[in-house]
Amino acid sequence: MSTLTSPPLAGFDVEKIREDFPVLRQKIHGKPLVYLDSAATAQKPQQVIDAIVKFYSVDCANIHRGVHELSQRSTAAYEETRIKVKKFLNARTKSEIIFVRGTTEGINLVSHSWGRKNLREGDEIVIAGLEHHSNIVPWQLLCEEKGASLRVIPFDDRGELILEVYEKLLGPRTRMVAVGHVSNALGTINPVKQIIEMAHGVGALALVDGAQAVPHMKVDVQALDADFYTFSGHKLFGPTGIGVLYGKTKLLNAMPPYQGGGDMIRTVTFEKTTYNDLPYKFEAGTPDIAGGIGLGAAIDYVNRIGIEKIQAYEHELLVHGTEVLNTVPGLQIVGNAREKAAVISFVLEKIHPHDIGTVLDRMGIAVRTGHHCAQPVMDRYQVPATTRASMAFYNTMAELDYLAAGVKKVKEMFS
Amino acid sequence: MVHDLYQEIILDHSKRPRNCHPMEDANREAVGHNPLCGDKLKVFLKVEDDIVKDVSFVCSGCAISTASASLMSESLKGKTRDDVVKLLEKFHDLLTTDAPIPDDLGKLVVFCGVREYPARVKCATLAWHTLKSALADSAEEPVTTE
Repeated sequence: MSTLTSPPLAGFDVEKIREDFPVLRQKIHGKPLVYLDSAATAQKPQQVIDAIVKFYSVDCANIHRGVHELSQRSTAAYEETRIKVKKFLNARTKSEIIFVRGTTEGINLVSHSWGRKNLREGDEIVIAGLEHHSNIVPWQLLCEEKGASLRVIPFDDRGELILEVYEKLLGPRTRMVAVGHVSNALGTINPVKQIIEMAHGVGALALVDGAQAVPHMKVDVQALDADFYTFSGHKLFGPTGIGVLYGKTKLLNAMPPYQGGGDMIRTVTFEKTTYNDLPYKFEAGTPDIAGGIGLGAAIDYVNRIGIEKIQAYEHELLVHGTEVLNTVPGLQIVGNAREKAAVISFVLEKIHPHDIGTVLDRMGIAVRTGHHCAQPVMDRYQVPATTRASMAFYNTMAELDYLAAGVKKVKEMFS
Repeated sequence: MVHDLYQEIILDHSKRPRNCHPMEDANREAVGHNPLCGDKLKVFLKVEDDIVKDVSFVCSGCAISTASASLMSESLKGKTRDDVVKLLEKFHDLLTTDAPIPDDLGKLVVFCGVREYPARVKCATLAWHTLKSALADSAEEPVTTE
């Protein structure tokens, strides 16, 4: 690997941070692992792994029921995470924080619960052309069921949403605007505050898919005035199987339960069941307790580094990565939004991304190849697939130099 | 190491695929699709008296799927349908089992490196699955290797 070509952020010691991530200490096919697939799932620091191990080795019990010591400990640890999430997103109250399996379930909860109750024939839902399939399909299903229609905000060659068209899509029949905060395929940071404001201007609600935003930037749901905001724990350096749906109290209170079962009920008779208060009304069954506790440890970890520092360092990674990849002849970066997270999607002449991915893998480099579950985005650029390098604060400038060298090698091989 | 997969002959066939054109007088054809990669392939066949007289294909895909289609097209002419099915099975075993490498596969043995790359088996078999569908009596639904 070449040496650092850009000075690291003052006070940001990436080598020290890397020591917290045991997975990074291994070799892949004899080469040091260069993990550039954090947008798919982020790696976990030892602190998160330890929290999960501690739960299963010392505190394991079901929550919200037992009077015994272990149950109280696990309930306290699990509920502590709710408070951490509340602070992390700046929600008004912790009861606005609903634990779900991940972003996809968060969106489905809203489309099922809010959607089935409130959507009528002829109503409209607006999404963005940049969406991941998870923020397309639940709305499509809902629209089909209700006879409503789905409208799509187009994006330009840079990968930025065209807000003039969005404005025209909004109207008296718009009920919901559901947009991604950051595009997983291109890295575009969408102007969600403005998008939400415009939605509210016509009386529509707004849901933000924050899966790619929460790990990389400060998110304040009150400042955004988001009605719903959802993210996945595993992209935030936490475990898989746990995620969060934030919703405004008034809206959540008016929504029917999503699933029936334990924890979401207050009293049950065969004639009538009364539901529990928020957030438990939406949390049926034994949840992913260990996942919740792991998520709490992940938020602590991110807070300890500081999300602003993370954002600044990752921006340097993006700038450097863009610069070195642009030195590869024939390489074309797909998506050049002016506001962009540390995601670089590219195509390399006629060389198929799967060939690029396989050769890079043999060099120890993990990138994602394919359509990134965003086929409409690929169609817009008329490419079947791209190669995507997505970064996190544990990546280094030298790793990006190594990536660029690897891509050059691919080009020599196939052309 | 990666050259075990991308052997010279595979790179050659991916850059200059043979029989890569539509066929006007084909009497059988089928479309194959690998949705995960976006690979698309169409196989054209001219079959007379149960003998494969001519084969061609058009595709958009990775080096492995293109080279596989190209080398397949070179290995079928003059074969009966039964011969083709047997060859397909042998080729499939070559990619997916640890069995000793057969000595009657000709150039197709260059794909033995795919064994080490389970994620790429579907790339190497797309053309063959599509061929099988073209040989079948009704081939209306596109084939997928997902």
